[in-house]
Amino acid sequence: MGALLLAIVRRDLLLAWRRRTDVATVVLFFLIVVSLFPLGVGPEPNLLRTIAPGIIWVAALLACMLSLQQLFASDHADGVLDQMLLAAAPLGLIVIARAFAHWLISGLPLVLLSPLLAVQFDLQAELYPVLALSLLLGTPILTLTGAIGAALTLGLRGGGMLLALLVLPLYVPVLILGAGAVDAAAAGLGADAHLLLLGAQLVLTATFAPWAVSTALRIAAE
Amino acid sequence: MLESSNLEITRGDHRLFGGISFALRPGTLLRVGGSNGSGKTSLLRALCGLVLPSAGEIRWHGENIRALREEFWKHLVHIGHHNALKDELTAHENLAALCALSGIQATEDQQSEALVRFGLAGREHLPAKLLSQGQRRRTTLARLALSAALPLWILDEPFAALDAAAVDHMQSLIATHLAAGGMAVLTTHQEATIPARPVITIDLDRERG
Repeated sequence: MGALLLAIVRRDLLLAWRRRTDVATVVLFFLIVVSLFPLGVGPEPNLLRTIAPGIIWVAALLACMLSLQQLFASDHADGVLDQMLLAAAPLGLIVIARAFAHWLISGLPLVLLSPLLAVQFDLQAELYPVLALSLLLGTPILTLTGAIGAALTLGLRGGGMLLALLVLPLYVPVLILGAGAVDAAAAGLGADAHLLLLGAQLVLTATFAPWAVSTALRIAAE
Repeated sequence: MLESSNLEITRGDHRLFGGISFALRPGTLLRVGGSNGSGKTSLLRALCGLVLPSAGEIRWHGENIRALREEFWKHLVHIGHHNALKDELTAHENLAALCALSGIQATEDQQSEALVRFGLAGREHLPAKLLSQGQRRRTTLARLALSAALPLWILDEPFAALDAAAVDHMQSLIATHLAAGGMAVLTTHQEATIPARPVITIDLDRERG
């Protein structure tokens, strides 16, 4: 069972490496969207400091959306998805492995780049770890929730747009808690409450999303 | 033993066929025939548990496959209409990924040997997108050379795009599997000759209506 999960993560990472322009597109999109705001809003330090967490978080949501469409689409088109549905291991475990690989490819880079982007907004240095930590807890939730949307819209015409309409509203709690954590820390209130709630949401999503994704994938395969 | 009783499959509002009953015992081959669009692929997908039949049920050793799930799937290898290959991965990497999913225990050497037996010597490390249609089909079929331990083979058009030598090789592989007490279900347009086995034939053109 462990060998299977490892094999799936390895396969997905290998595929991402061979299609590295796709991965780079997502990361560059994130960098560019965030960098546009200081240019558009103007160099007013207090304003930039205030909007920084919200902007970085919204850009992370959008970047995540961008990569989600491909999560199951190519496997569906070339028949690999059928093999996953007929695998010797529970589908939920395969979904977890796929979501983990997706997060490594498209979530983790955002976490690692966030301090660099915070510099552009002149965010106080002591807030960098809070921002990165909130993204570290939040981006896996984005991947797991998004995977449900990706599975539900699989094989539909205009699935990409529908996916955004379906999933973005579900991202609202993560956005509020994630950006709120940095705001609370900036106000000297401490980010613990926000981060703990994010952690709780991650546990909840990680428990139920694989089941929902599996069910949606089986319906899509019919 | 794979059994089906009164199986009916509907796609949308269109009833493809109904009343399909058979019992597939070890060593037996089930051949599914019928014209294009008669529902061969749908029947095979239903036998795998991918498509829910609108009536009837499918049992593996007496239990409904919908209830067995992984307990059924770990005895099954399904070669579908699609080759299930990733263009960016090499033939060997594709085979390794497919083996891992089906729970086939095979070392790297055994996988290479399977590819060589399917005439892919020297092509193992080419990305699948550079392979011809026939070579892609061979890559996905190479799993069968490692699947002797899985009793039930469900093969959708296994001979499509293959040359005569590869068809012969596939037929002898299926015959060996049946002789060892395995079961196979296959659809084909070609008159395949798999010698001297109990064969059940279902012609879907006659089951309609």
